[in-house]
This record gives sequence, C-alpha cells and structure tokens, in this order.
Amino acid sequence: MGEGRMEIGASDVLSLFRAGSLETSETAFETLFRLHQRSVYGWILRIVRDPAAAEELTVETFWRIHQARARFDPELGFEGWARRIATRAALDWLRARRPQRELSPETCSELAAPATGDPAINAEIRTRTAQAFGRLSPKLRVAATLAVVEELPQKEVAAALGISVTAVKLRVFRALRLLRADLKRQGITP
Amino acid sequence: MNAQDQDRMKKLLQQALAPIEDDSEPGRDLWPAMLGRIHAAPAAEPTPGWAWFDGALAAALVVLVAVFPASIPVLLYYL
Repeated sequence: MGEGRMEIGASDVLSLFRAGSLETSETAFETLFRLHQRSVYGWILRIVRDPAAAEELTVETFWRIHQARARFDPELGFEGWARRIATRAALDWLRARRPQRELSPETCSELAAPATGDPAINAEIRTRTAQAFGRLSPKLRVAATLAVVEELPQKEVAAALGISVTAVKLRVFRALRLLRADLKRQGITP
Repeated sequence: MNAQDQDRMKKLLQQALAPIEDDSEPGRDLWPAMLGRIHAAPAAEPTPGWAWFDGALAAALVVLVAVFPASIPVLLYYL
C-alpha cells in the first residue's frame, strides 16, 4: 500500500463514487475495490493470519468503507483510512473469536517460522510460544504482530491502530512481558 | 524486563511466527461477495459512531478521574 499513483486514483474514484448515480457509484466502487482489495487483504492477513478469515474481513472492510464513504476526506488519503478500518474489523474478529481462539498445535505448526534461526529454539518452543502468544489479548497481539513479527515501523502501526507511537511501544512491551511470564510458567526461560 | 530480555523475546517471537509475504492475495475474486453484501443490505445512512453508552462510559470515566485522581496512571496503563 502507499503508492502515490494509487492514492490519486482512489481519491478520484471515491469522489465519483460519492457524487454519482447508483450505477456510476457501483462502477466507481468496483474500481476502488479492485484497486485496493489485494493490499487490504494483505494487511488483514498480517493481523489475523488466517486466509479464509482475511477474505471475509476484506469484504467486511470494504462494506464499512462503503457505509462510511460520506465521511471520507480525500485530503487524508484513502490508504491510511482503509487500513484503520481494516485494523478495526480485524480486531473485532479477533475479539469475537477469542473464546475458541486457543491455537491448536496444527495451526501453530502452520504459523511457525521455518527453522532457520537460532538452533537453540526448537520446534516445541516455537509452538509453545505461538500458543502463548495466541492467549494474549487481541489489542496486545495486534501491536506485537505488526511491530515485532512483521517489523513494520511503529509510526505505521500507530496510525493503523489509531493510537500514539508511545502507546504502541507500551503494548509491545506488555505483550512481550506477558509472553515471557507465560513461557516461564511452562518452564521455558527465553 | 530489561532491554536484553526484550530483544530475546522479540527474537523468539519472530522464530515462532512467520511474517506474511508481501505478495499475498485472496484465493478468489471477492467482488461478487462484496456486491452481494451491498445488495443484501438496505441502503441506510451510516450509524453514528457515538452511542449513548459511549457517552455514559465517558461520563463515568470523568467522574472516576475527578473523584480518584490516583486512578489516572492505572487508566493510562490499561489504555
């Protein structure tokens, strides 16, 4: 996300979408959707890490965009606005799914990074870490996923979450601290 | 937890969860689902983002902070 050329196109399409007739609006919205569905999907996938859910949430995000189109200000840029809406939709999904969201060993092995790093960190530790991470609150998990796992700039994470950079740092710190405590309880000392 | 511990935890987390590749894309065309969603829902104005419950919650917070100023750091911690 974030190419200037795309940004101008999206703003133009949105203006047309807001001002046009029903038919024009639908065509304009389709253009907007096709222009951005991949980047929105990719962003959501980074948060929920479930391709099927990311597809559903991409539709949900564009639905919310469609509903909130009157509030869009082209000066602010479509990308950031869409990301924030997508992040909220993903957080809502994580919150709703939380009771049954204990990661199964199968899911954890799918999520686990390939064993190319520190040989002292074996598969079992990686799986247990992923499981412990899945037990964190969604808001801590999202901040840590984006800032630590995906290594995105904290400013970008803050903008998507609608919080300050300091708040992102705090959430990441708390996530790591809670993760460490959980692992210690399991006898794993990182 | 000191800076070294943080670095170790970050490294462990990066080992435990694989980053998503940049070229990820949906496995199917999502536009038909989007179109279905638009046509299924009644054309309604967006719901207001500020419900009465939000107002009540904000008022309760203001009262809490006014009566117990010592709660401010606790609230900030949980934000």
